[in-house]
Amino acid sequence: MMRTDLKLIYDWVPQGARLLDLGCGDGALLATLARDKNVTGYGLEIDPEGITRCLARGVNVIEQNLDDGLANFEDDACDLVVMTQALQALRRPDRMLDEMLRVAEECIITFPNFAYWRHRVYLGLRGYMPVSKSLPYAWYDTPNIHLSTFNDFEHLCRQKDLVIVDRAVGAGDYRDHWASRLWPNLLGEIAIFRVTRRSNTRQGVKPFG
Amino acid sequence: MTEMPRESVGLVTPHTAHFDDPLELACGKTLPAYDLVYETYGTLNAERSNAVLICHALSGHHHAAGFHSPEDRKPGWWDAHIGPGKSIDTERFFVVSLNNLGGCHGSTGPTSLNPETGEPWGPDFPMMTVLDWVHSQARLADRLGIQRFAAIIGGSLGGMQVLQWALTYPDRIAHAGVIAATPKLSAQNIAFNEVARQAIRSDPDFYDGHYADHDTLPRRGLKLARMVGHITYLSEDAMGSKFGRDLRSADLNFGYGVEFQVESYLRHQGDTFSSSFDAHTYLLMTKALDYFDPAANYGGDLAAAVAPASCPFLVISFSSDWRFPPSRSRELVNALIRAGKSVSYANIDSPHGHDAFLLPEPRYQAVFAAFMERVAHDQGLEDRS
Repeated sequence: MMRTDLKLIYDWVPQGARLLDLGCGDGALLATLARDKNVTGYGLEIDPEGITRCLARGVNVIEQNLDDGLANFEDDACDLVVMTQALQALRRPDRMLDEMLRVAEECIITFPNFAYWRHRVYLGLRGYMPVSKSLPYAWYDTPNIHLSTFNDFEHLCRQKDLVIVDRAVGAGDYRDHWASRLWPNLLGEIAIFRVTRRSNTRQGVKPFG
Repeated sequence: MTEMPRESVGLVTPHTAHFDDPLELACGKTLPAYDLVYETYGTLNAERSNAVLICHALSGHHHAAGFHSPEDRKPGWWDAHIGPGKSIDTERFFVVSLNNLGGCHGSTGPTSLNPETGEPWGPDFPMMTVLDWVHSQARLADRLGIQRFAAIIGGSLGGMQVLQWALTYPDRIAHAGVIAATPKLSAQNIAFNEVARQAIRSDPDFYDGHYADHDTLPRRGLKLARMVGHITYLSEDAMGSKFGRDLRSADLNFGYGVEFQVESYLRHQGDTFSSSFDAHTYLLMTKALDYFDPAANYGGDLAAAVAPASCPFLVISFSSDWRFPPSRSRELVNALIRAGKSVSYANIDSPHGHDAFLLPEPRYQAVFAAFMERVAHDQGLEDRS
């Protein structure tokens, strides 16, 4: 059973794409895409168990810390870079975004939306750092050092003059509800963005606000 | 030893294959005829799709697993990873392990007779390169009826042979395992090798290589060479935790005899080695290491050099290896990525330095076993369960 955000990404990846999966975990996405869509590429991971599982299923996995950058990948080395649930754990998410769009024209990024209504309840009403399915850690042991919201990320993309091709809500109570398309910053637990460089002529979606 | 360990290939017997087709060498000379000594473990399947070739390192040989006699105290040099239920599972795979040309464990080398003179080759034995070894290994594969290896695997100098295989015989290797290796030696690596060679060549008993004529061996030189080499195989931490500053006796004796345990250990390693290994073989193996540089013909562009490779690679390094550190493995990995090749890379956390590739370690074994699982799957081998 694939994670909700991975299922959405699966649909977005074109046939035969060369893909780089940053923080590829056990390689489920790459393995499925290789099988169904003839996708090739590499996963980067530092978790030993994830690496072993990638090897066993025949996924190309490179032990590499994302904070060290992507210097070993050339400009436009692939068609698409995917990073699921790792952005918020990086030292400099903004620089990684630059790196991803250097290595490929398009990238797909998912991260926990800090402005999800349940998180707001935790912080705004109860006065505690949010703990949820998407943010399961306590404040003192969390690897998530750069939490952000749907709006924050859109703001960063606009600053960098990037085009948001698509965005979606990956999980939460209103995942398939029309309301989550309208108010993703409030109702989306997982934010999913599909971003390209400005040079791309594709029409972007209208920003929220 | 009274009983064979359960996960052992058990008692094994080396075989000798004789070849009469001359082998042209990179140095320009030709070996008119030669023997290769090898061992096999497991059974070659009917499709001949389960063969795994093991390439040995500087002081290695054909005896990679099992025991030659029930009295043997130690098994083959890679017994930790070859056997029933081990990473290279002999219930599934047919493993071939040979002694390379120029070696001193039975394959044709400096101690063999030169057919032209009827005397031992000695210093006249031609210089060998990794490419020469790979050609000779391919001929052994022909002899054994193996068109394509399911995997070729090796550590250190063995890993270089694996890389060379992937470049020279891309259609004869289905998977490559390159462990604790490097795409070329650094200046520091060559410098250490040169110290080792000078230790041997400056031994008065070396006699310009004609020590056999004088009925002697350059033992002191070879011992020194091994002591220097051995330091580079261990990490500072491994040496520190094994010996620290421990003394042999209670007090300092203010002399040049053995005082510290580490001195005793190194001397023992050197003594054991110098009475069991040939000095010419050591010289020649270190030169083969120095010469290896597949990117040299491509203006130093390793990505261009690996272009012919078509098999998936697994590259493994060890965190405390300072002889061929993780950065050297990453150099190879990044070249393979640039060339768009299938490659996976794991850097195993280990305190044991370069020698870690020989030892059992849970994560190393897990990575290795997962890769071999994949090899078995790709080759369509039956699950053993």
